[in-house]
Amino acid sequence: MSSPSRSADFRRGVFDILPVLAAAVPIGLLWGTLAAGKGFTPFEAWLTSATVFAGAAQFVAVDMWRDPVPLLLIVVTTFIVNVRHLLMGASLQRHLGAFSGPGGLLAMFLMTDESWAFAERKVLAEPLRPAYYFGVALPMWLVWSSASLAGAIAGRSLGDPAVYGFDFAFSAMFIAILAGFWRGPRTGAVLAMSALAAALAKLVIPGAWYIVIGGSAGVLVAALLHGEDDGQDPGEKPAAYADAA
Amino acid sequence: MSDDLLTVATIVAMAAATYLTRIGGLYLMRGVSVKGRLKAALDALPPAVLMAVIAPTVLATGPAETIAALITVGAAFLRLPMIAVVAIGVAAVVALRALF
Repeated sequence: MSSPSRSADFRRGVFDILPVLAAAVPIGLLWGTLAAGKGFTPFEAWLTSATVFAGAAQFVAVDMWRDPVPLLLIVVTTFIVNVRHLLMGASLQRHLGAFSGPGGLLAMFLMTDESWAFAERKVLAEPLRPAYYFGVALPMWLVWSSASLAGAIAGRSLGDPAVYGFDFAFSAMFIAILAGFWRGPRTGAVLAMSALAAALAKLVIPGAWYIVIGGSAGVLVAALLHGEDDGQDPGEKPAAYADAA
Repeated sequence: MSDDLLTVATIVAMAAATYLTRIGGLYLMRGVSVKGRLKAALDALPPAVLMAVIAPTVLATGPAETIAALITVGAAFLRLPMIAVVAIGVAAVVALRALF
């Protein structure tokens, strides 16, 4: 493969991810602000976004952050919130044939809901080339980590995000992502059970275990409902995933 | 300071746990045929977890948050861009908190 075509692939990836980058800037700023509010230094906020690089988990972690830091609970919760990566990775690994060993490991490090969605969309039309994938994934990393850093620096003078309703922003963001998973009444049953179990668990059990309990309850409902009509699997991949971005 | 050490240790452990989920998929499902009931369960896992994360805020905080969440759901199903959905949700919660 010649290098001009590689750079064209890369540019195509950057072009595809541009709208997502625009959305990631304020959300990254917001996360940095919340982190600073919990006592993160700008470096620590940047380090988190640069190495964890998972928005949902970072918002949940900052929400749980207190003194002394509950390390185990935060790490376990981070793992649970990110368990979806296992599924995304299992699907994506079928399309990494053109990646070198280290290239594949870097590709997975940079995998987000958004870059995964663009990669899965790409393979519907043609094989996934590394230059395209990194054109999508690298700008996302750069923008997310930079916005978080900027938010943490600015956050110290912004004050309480609740005044502006910023504390609700991540609930709103998850609702937007959730809409992309809607597949009909069965999804409704899963979400209802998950919400009910999580809200009840939150009331009686301290810490963030409500996420595991609610998530497990929702998954259980999905497994139970499946037995009632085996033929109808939900779609192979959430097609509307990209819309969430 | 040990405070800062604990913070950095937590961040590094979070990063390790997250990377484990990212590369885990490369190996975990290799050769396993995910279908039927197992596939239905795995497909439901991301929305079930996301729902569980926001449920306490949405259901058990107050009327402002619950109504703002419903407005946000409406915006999300209109297929507006994510940032517009978030802006509508935030504006709604600010307005509703002033009311309640």
